[in-house]
Amino acid sequence: MTGASLVLTDSATMTRRNLRRMLRYPSMTVLLVGMPIVLMVLFVYVFGGQLSHGLGTGLAGGHAGRAGYLNYVAPGVLLLTVAASVQGTAIVVAMDMTGGIIDRFRTMAIARSAVLTGHVLASLIQTLASLALVTLVAIALGFRPTAGVAGWLGALGVVTLFGFALTWLATALGLAAKSVETASNTPMFLMLLVFLGSGFVPAATMPAGLEQFARYQPFSAVTESLRGLLTGTPIGSYGIEAVAWSVGIALASYVWALRLYRRRRRA
Amino acid sequence: MTATRPPAIEARGLRKAFGELVVLDGVDVVVETGSVFALLGPNGAGKTTMIRILSTLIDADGGTAAVAGHDVVAEADAVRASIGVTGQFAALDELLTGRENLRLMADLNHLGRARGRARVDELLQRFELVDAADKPVSTFSGGMRRRLDLAMTLVGSPAVIFLDEPTTGLDPVSRRAMWDDIRTLAASGVTIFLTTQYLDEADQLAHAIAVLDRGRVVAQGTATELKRQVAGGHVRLELATPQARREAAELLGATPAGEDGIELRVATDGSVRALRALLDVLDDAGIEVEHLSVHTPDLDDVFFAVTGQPAEREPVGTP
Repeated sequence: MTGASLVLTDSATMTRRNLRRMLRYPSMTVLLVGMPIVLMVLFVYVFGGQLSHGLGTGLAGGHAGRAGYLNYVAPGVLLLTVAASVQGTAIVVAMDMTGGIIDRFRTMAIARSAVLTGHVLASLIQTLASLALVTLVAIALGFRPTAGVAGWLGALGVVTLFGFALTWLATALGLAAKSVETASNTPMFLMLLVFLGSGFVPAATMPAGLEQFARYQPFSAVTESLRGLLTGTPIGSYGIEAVAWSVGIALASYVWALRLYRRRRRA
Repeated sequence: MTATRPPAIEARGLRKAFGELVVLDGVDVVVETGSVFALLGPNGAGKTTMIRILSTLIDADGGTAAVAGHDVVAEADAVRASIGVTGQFAALDELLTGRENLRLMADLNHLGRARGRARVDELLQRFELVDAADKPVSTFSGGMRRRLDLAMTLVGSPAVIFLDEPTTGLDPVSRRAMWDDIRTLAASGVTIFLTTQYLDEADQLAHAIAVLDRGRVVAQGTATELKRQVAGGHVRLELATPQARREAAELLGATPAGEDGIELRVATDGSVRALRALLDVLDDAGIEVEHLSVHTPDLDDVFFAVTGQPAEREPVGTP
């Protein structure tokens, strides 16, 4: 078997293994996808009426009141879904690394990267499934995207690329963690970044300093890109920023994760 | 087993330290192809480290090692393609079923769908796991987990198998079953490298034994050769009182181990004549012997002779 087909076959095998594990242990998936839904309901029905006053009709997608806020916040909730989902990745990776089976994999003639690739691909599939569910719930609550087919495909592309990047990041965090408990905590800053950006309220409403941070951090670029693609708000340079951030995070995390994975050999 | 075949495992001067702690201090080991080799030693002797180096999990600090003719560092992938490892702690996927675990191994060994399925069924049968095959591994008993673990190791038909303390923590029945499995495996021609703290286990299973103590091989050879290193056997006497023991020790020229107790170990060749002489001496002195047992030299004596300390005994019933 050649090197390239070995990588593909083994990665596919590992992906299947991880997907099967998710199905066997669904409580974590349910928890992770439940949280963004709960927060969305909370923000729309508790804060939404008030928060909508600060939005122009442009940002609210032409809707007023609660419905307007839902249309504003939905892209932010989608990113929250990604951030929550990759928290699961870090936990699962750490669980695997602290268990006995990883040593078995390491003593087998399988593609070196397959263990990690299997985690990343399975997690990405889980994230996309969660995104689909959250989107459907948002639509059921009154989210009315104006996007055509191209807009939806663009949004799917942006969120998949960003999800891929964050999954590699979470994989590295899971490898770096000494215990499963640590691994479940370290990716939490990702969810915070959704709030410290333009996910739930416009960056312009924040105090100076925080506003600058909120404008230029990666989550805002992705949020604004999604918002633009789905509800027609202006995208400007956010699209190219979102892609650049995603590629940068993915590459750096990939290199970091692989280094962490190989380092264990000298231990 | 022919002498012309290259050894399955050849390690020269292996050294490994974790920080200040020297775990392996120049270990040489040669394992003939098709043989069963036991690395015997107490906890912390460096047995697991030895397996981790030979199975490419960690690199040694010094020395060289080749498994199945390949260098463990430079040709790690070739080594991995010829070995199977069953570690001390079960290397199973807890969330999957027994069959799914084996299927995973078949896929990772690139057996293909039909061959993989056949191999999985064959191993489930052989290790008596058919009934439990479709239950999650988390519901398996200790003995079942070990059997599944070993079955997973065998899916790829490895030429060299490493077993790290294969029976530690097993009940006597599972333990004997594991011995049978290892014997069957050895009969099929694979090379087995196992570690154990149990002397009888090494004696029962292995063609060649190396005694590892604090990172050094302190004795090496067949069980018979090792036993020959210890002159004669001994009788163990149980006396009525510690006082009687002291008197008996003086009469027989034996050194009692420790101050208290009523047991005394006396060197003898085990012949009837020697035993009668011994009992006559005690009789004449009016010392009552409560209980007597004759011991031919076993690996226990070897271990005691080469390391100066008693080996760990197995915790549950001796077969």
